[in-house]
Amino acid sequence: MPIKCKTECGRNAVLKRPKTSDALCKECFFAAFEAEIHYTIITNKLFTKGEKVAVAASGGKDSTVLAYVLKLLNDRHDYGLQLILLSIDEGITGYRDDSLETVKKNRDDYQIPLKILSYDELYGWTMDRIVGQIGRSNNCTFCGVFRRQALDRGAKQLEVDSIATGHNADDIAETVLMNILRGDTARLRRCTDIRTGGGENTIPRVKPLKYTYEKEIVMYAHFKKLVYFSTECVFAPNAYRGHARAYLKDLERVRPSVIMDIIHSGEQLLFKDTVKKPVRGICERCGFVSSQQPCKACILLEGLNRGLPKLGIGKKSKGDRMRLKQDKELALRERANLVKNDF
Amino acid sequence: MSKSDLNIFLEFSAGAELLFGNIKRRQVTLNGDEKWTIRKLLKWMHANILTERPELFIQDDSVRPGILVLVNDTDWELLGELEYEIQPNDNILFISTLHGG
Ligand SMILES: [Zn+2]
Ligand SMILES: [Zn+2]
Repeated sequence: MPIKCKTECGRNAVLKRPKTSDALCKECFFAAFEAEIHYTIITNKLFTKGEKVAVAASGGKDSTVLAYVLKLLNDRHDYGLQLILLSIDEGITGYRDDSLETVKKNRDDYQIPLKILSYDELYGWTMDRIVGQIGRSNNCTFCGVFRRQALDRGAKQLEVDSIATGHNADDIAETVLMNILRGDTARLRRCTDIRTGGGENTIPRVKPLKYTYEKEIVMYAHFKKLVYFSTECVFAPNAYRGHARAYLKDLERVRPSVIMDIIHSGEQLLFKDTVKKPVRGICERCGFVSSQQPCKACILLEGLNRGLPKLGIGKKSKGDRMRLKQDKELALRERANLVKNDF
Repeated sequence: MSKSDLNIFLEFSAGAELLFGNIKRRQVTLNGDEKWTIRKLLKWMHANILTERPELFIQDDSVRPGILVLVNDTDWELLGELEYEIQPNDNILFISTLHGG
């Protein structure tokens, strides 16, 4: 016997909502899903009329659903936003090729303009070449650091007012857990913020799917037949996040509200004044937000360009020693050349 | 040959197909003289068609948390999950949420 939709609309239910355990039909699920995201956007004042908003688009399920729903809500509720898809091409053969095709399909299907920026354009290095230099052990560091700044760089080029990212409730709960496990109070402090940045020189980032469960995002994409791309990065899945994720999924089986509970815990945390707070400044080399001088991206880039790719990995003192050693060697070689040229 | 065959369709998406020889949809024929629940089907899948890293699909006799199961486009959580009794021509879809964002 099919279960009827909780709203008494008369139709058969197709899914059980993880947040509420309600059984809903397709139509009532769509309505609830979209209304909740609209509510999140309105109550948190994520956007202002007339703004230009970049949707960080990876071709994955979250950003695909985000682009689709933002477009739909923008039309339905007259947000007056100018949406644009922003994609980053890391230059990983076979990985982005397919996902960029997906983003292009999103562009055509949802009629949102698209800008693709490559690591090559932004940094002069593709991930394939970086892996060629450093092997596969630390490449996720490079990829992650470069990607974080790539969005800022891209957003600045596009002159947008904000960047919307597809982080969902499960992602945020995972991040809270990971930051607790690592004792990363700086990130713990801001990882549940629905809006980050937005000070001078920085473009704010917003997370309209902050309270949206992953299961519902996948179900929504499935029932709406949205096309998305799903493959783990070929170089390495994020092992640590994978564990946090598996742990959370196990907890969720016993206690379905655990995702919201963890987000709530993260939001309510208060830090003592004695807990060191990183000063978010501007990198003197590239001009983008950073809590260190120069920023991580600039150090990694310097390492690549110097042929010392390990420069930005590990302790700063070690990096300084590597730099010093190379400068000394270069100086010696130069002197040797000078001596030779004296003849 | 058994008296009756139980024909069903298995579908995989969002990366789940990678664990099953990269085949997205297939028809399988089960012995129709027996009663088949999803619990029993998962064991059969493990033994017969799960070619790649079974721990990414099966956990404690069920699917790994994070894999969604739909029977004829309905969430299996509404159908009794493991105890659901499979009917002829059922379409059972497994969607991974564990691959990529
Ligand atoms: Zn309904
Ligand atoms: Zn910099």
